[in-house]
Amino acid sequence: MKDDTKSEVLLDVKDLTVRFAVGGGGFFSEARYLYAVDNISFEIKRGETLAIVGESGSGKTTAALAVARLVNAYKGSVGLDGTDFLTLEDEDLRQARAKMQFIFQDPYSSLNPRVRAEKIVREPLDNLDAVPEAERQAIVDKLFDAVGLHPEQQRLFPHQFSGGQRQRIGIARALATRPDLIICDEPVSALDVAVQAQILNLLRKLQADFDLTFLFISHDLGVVQHMCDSIAVMYMGKVVESADRLSLFNNPLHPYTVALLSAVPSVDKKRRDATKRILIPGDPPDPLSLPKGCRFANRCPVAQDICKGEEPPLREVASGHKVACHLVDEKAVSPL
Amino acid sequence: MTAPLLKVENLRIELTTRAGVAPVIDDLSFELGAGESISFVGESGCGKSMTALGIMGLLPEKIGQIASGSISFNGEELSTASEKRMREIRGNDISMIFQEPMTSLNPVYTVGEQIAEVLRAHQKLSKAAAWSKATELLDAVRIPNAQRRVNDYPFQMSGGQRQRVMIAIALACEPKILIADEPTTALDVTVQAQIFDLLNDLKRQTGTAIIMITHDMGAVAEMAQRMIVMYAGRNAEQGPVEQIIDHPRHPYSRGLISCVPHIMATLTDERLPLTEVPGIVPSLREFGKDQCLFASRCNMVTQKCLDARPPEIAFEGGQMSACWHAEAV
Repeated sequence: MKDDTKSEVLLDVKDLTVRFAVGGGGFFSEARYLYAVDNISFEIKRGETLAIVGESGSGKTTAALAVARLVNAYKGSVGLDGTDFLTLEDEDLRQARAKMQFIFQDPYSSLNPRVRAEKIVREPLDNLDAVPEAERQAIVDKLFDAVGLHPEQQRLFPHQFSGGQRQRIGIARALATRPDLIICDEPVSALDVAVQAQILNLLRKLQADFDLTFLFISHDLGVVQHMCDSIAVMYMGKVVESADRLSLFNNPLHPYTVALLSAVPSVDKKRRDATKRILIPGDPPDPLSLPKGCRFANRCPVAQDICKGEEPPLREVASGHKVACHLVDEKAVSPL
Repeated sequence: MTAPLLKVENLRIELTTRAGVAPVIDDLSFELGAGESISFVGESGCGKSMTALGIMGLLPEKIGQIASGSISFNGEELSTASEKRMREIRGNDISMIFQEPMTSLNPVYTVGEQIAEVLRAHQKLSKAAAWSKATELLDAVRIPNAQRRVNDYPFQMSGGQRQRVMIAIALACEPKILIADEPTTALDVTVQAQIFDLLNDLKRQTGTAIIMITHDMGAVAEMAQRMIVMYAGRNAEQGPVEQIIDHPRHPYSRGLISCVPHIMATLTDERLPLTEVPGIVPSLREFGKDQCLFASRCNMVTQKCLDARPPEIAFEGGQMSACWHAEAV
């Protein structure tokens, strides 16, 4: 059993929608919008990790950026510890940002090349004024130690570090304000495999030490399997399935999730023999002219007439297991 | 036993850098049989792509050169072949696809023109014949509506489709060897699965041998029969894929396999920390030293490893490991 503090919801995202204007919108033509994230909802409990997985173009990164207000949400709410983060203004927003930090994908472009490592890590502290200036250096020292960097490396510039070390600096920077939530956008996909393991282990250790909650964006299902407590699968801006880790990996329900999992190459011979690879031919539909029904219908091997005519709602079919597919009923059996 | 299609012996490739001459490939030997598929595995900077470029005769001019050893293809020595002869071989007998399907196609020619170009250059086909063959190839790599898509420019295609076009170009002359350098790294998993499926089918149909370069052990397990684990320009371990995955005999291969969180047949609640291989690949300056270059990252290191380069120790089934402690791994 989990204790009460564990089950408290830290991040509660409701009906989040992000749209971008594309072309048109002049005097004579109507504005056209691309809905990159379309009405998604999810929540993360304190101390846990939610992973959003999906392929490129599914909207997972845009969703993460919208949660952190790095792109504007068109509608919806982002409840962070009880307050709606999207409605905050000015000083309140500045203070609230301390609670939510971001780790970016590319450690080469997310650090200012002209600033020393210590300054990079210290900058959030300077910007937020939460701690007296005299204590800041001690915090930086502690953070360098926590992410496994040497104290003498504080004076170096980003180009003097390897990719893995740079990502460690990015992590230290994210930890500086003692946030509750860290959004990790593909934190290891730019790194070599052996270095990936170092960073993933570090993130899990820090999560335990600092009582962190992660929103973890990744396309690598192996990594997700290792890192998360629950998962939301996105396709074309929609969440098509969400469940806890074991249910999703051991009993995937949505045909897209099944296909996605079957596509991951595995070293486990048992899994290779047991899994039939399901190829999904073709490409996703044009996001500007979405089909009327299920967005996956044109590639789905088991699509019926209803799938092409009617959009399936995301509904709960088993405890905590939600899926948006017409062909899955309360027995929670995948149609594939 | 027939002679192997490609035989690389004691290959040494040197790069001239500002700091001096460094052996990026140091005493590498392997064989590839006709229709076989092997895989080079290792982190970036271990010499996987360099080996491929060496075989293709595409080493960076004036900087990289084959210093010693031999590359023999069908009995013909490639390391000393003339540039003219290499041009005939490239694209015709040995061809290569690259990691970035976005940048390896010419943006101002249609994909049909780019496929036809290979056929006209190597097989001296007429314009019309090359064009119709190009359409056939596009169909063979499963691009829907090939008849029409052959007139498309690369920007009109998705990443997966561009990689299919690259495969069509590479296979146009039915080469005996196809070198695929991280062919799916830039692609989504479902697209990767399609490309793997395509490569396996084409291999069955044409009997092309495939050398696949990757860092993903899962991909190796799906695609290759044998693998060569490379570290710092040297062969760390070679052998049949299943056998190495079951029981690696080199600490580096063991690390590469267990440092990645794999999806297993049944997932359980248990999540142990990943095995770390600490540190990173040594810089070029370290290459070529008479010691085990993996020693600084190895948890089994002893004085012996620092004193001399380990010999290759043979195990049954053709597995070979260059480690002083191979028996104990």
